[in-house]
Amino acid sequence: MSSLSVSDTTPSVIVEDVSVTYKTTFERRPTLRSFVTSLGRGEKTVREVEAVKHVSFSIPHGTVLGIVGANGAGKSTLVRTIAGILPPTAGRIDVYGRVSTLLALGVGFNKNLSGRDNVRLGGLAAGLPTEQLEEKYEEIVEFAELADFMDMPMRTYSSGMYGRLAFSVAVNMDPDILIIDEALSVGDARFRRKSTNKMKELCGQARTIVLVSHALGTVRDLCDQAIWLDHGVLRMWDEPDAVIDAYTDFLEVGQDAVTLEDV
Amino acid sequence: MTTAPTTAPHHRENDFAEQHHVYEPHLVGLPPLVPYLKEAWRRRRFAIELSRTKLRAQHYNTVFGQLWLVLNPLLLAGVYFILVDILRGGSSRPGFFAHLVAGIFAYHLVSDAVRDGTKSVVSGGRLILNSAFPRVLLPIASVVSAAKRFIPCVIIYIPVHIASGLPIGPSLLYAAPLFVLLLIMATGLAMIVGAVQVYFRDLKNLMPYLLRVWLFASPVLYYAYEMPEKYRFLLYVNPLGELLSAWSDAINLGQPPSATELLVASAWAFGLLIVGFLYFVSREREFAVRL
Repeated sequence: MSSLSVSDTTPSVIVEDVSVTYKTTFERRPTLRSFVTSLGRGEKTVREVEAVKHVSFSIPHGTVLGIVGANGAGKSTLVRTIAGILPPTAGRIDVYGRVSTLLALGVGFNKNLSGRDNVRLGGLAAGLPTEQLEEKYEEIVEFAELADFMDMPMRTYSSGMYGRLAFSVAVNMDPDILIIDEALSVGDARFRRKSTNKMKELCGQARTIVLVSHALGTVRDLCDQAIWLDHGVLRMWDEPDAVIDAYTDFLEVGQDAVTLEDV
Repeated sequence: MTTAPTTAPHHRENDFAEQHHVYEPHLVGLPPLVPYLKEAWRRRRFAIELSRTKLRAQHYNTVFGQLWLVLNPLLLAGVYFILVDILRGGSSRPGFFAHLVAGIFAYHLVSDAVRDGTKSVVSGGRLILNSAFPRVLLPIASVVSAAKRFIPCVIIYIPVHIASGLPIGPSLLYAAPLFVLLLIMATGLAMIVGAVQVYFRDLKNLMPYLLRVWLFASPVLYYAYEMPEKYRFLLYVNPLGELLSAWSDAINLGQPPSATELLVASAWAFGLLIVGFLYFVSREREFAVRL
């Protein structure tokens, strides 16, 4: 399946025959009332989702790995499993280093709290020591260019501002492994350029990055390797060009301006 | 496929450690508990800060904010005092109002933690979706908040105690271990309701009724010894029964808790803590897909 070799480099992440199955409810807000009322009718309120099926790959240290696939292919689930948020149902994942996920550190988890509180609490939950957090805080605010807004509740933020802060937190935490889930295209054109530059800088620092994106152009530009997930199955693991060609052929969309849309 | 067969033993490592993480299916849904507790302890500042920030958002840090928080249980005590005193034909013991206030404040400590704990996980939203940390810190933060809100209650109680002419002395310290048991019980319950709320989002609406019944079943609006024979079982069936009975005797009469009271109350408190913790931890990995 793969033409890539990892024999000469130490891996950052090893994913071994991992499957993730979870139960979820049909309703967005399950209630006791609907549970009790549906009992009599014998309706199933829970369904099982096989999000990731027997996926194996590894990410060598310092590699930028792109993950492509249609909506619902299990990309986000896979990434959450690598980040330790969801446990695998089968298989094993080894991760060497500290993981930072984008939208990570839970920025914006409580919209009534200020941006400052959200960043601090997210950092503390991630286990960062307080001193390190204070140090990073200034960098985060400066990069996000939100100094005037940090003491305002996050419900007053625009989605662009929210995205800028989340991106800034993730990239400024000096993670060993950075996981970015489809959120590169945040903010205005200027901030996008800035974030792309930051990404390139991070890629250049021999950091391991996992990039989940629908912007195939970005994957092609930034990544060293790519995997393609289809309905939870690993279809391909190869050079980005080869994976993107196969993926776009599969989708029969062709490589037009929309699929290659830059960040 | 390039995965080399790993001959290394599949040792179960710390889920949240800094360096090497191993993620494997959890045995009976439980992560390795010792590392889990270690990591939770390492991140205890998160629970403390979360409680502090939330209280600040509720203007708890202002004088009037604190006054408001105390006013609620105090008014409740006043209302119940009138009700109970009239029902008894105005023949309450002199220390009864102090018993009522102390009881309601203690009950409020637990019910506050439980009410706040119900929302603790669900309000974690994005934090739960996007970062890995021991989720027990969320209901624990609710208990920290409840404990902080209890402090002004102590200050309000002092004049009530003095005005009722109750004994003041080191014997009041008998209440200290009981206070710890209240916190332990509140922690266990907050974990249970926090997890259940993820599955049944209307639990929050049910809580006020459950908590009201719980208050009536506890020896707060009456003395434990006044309970009719056929209701005495409530002292043992109700987790707060023996505990609040001992609480009242310690504060009102300066009496040490009896062995039975201490045993039953401890069994309930630690039992609920252990059950709540294990239940919460066995469920917590599902929260990310259920929110």
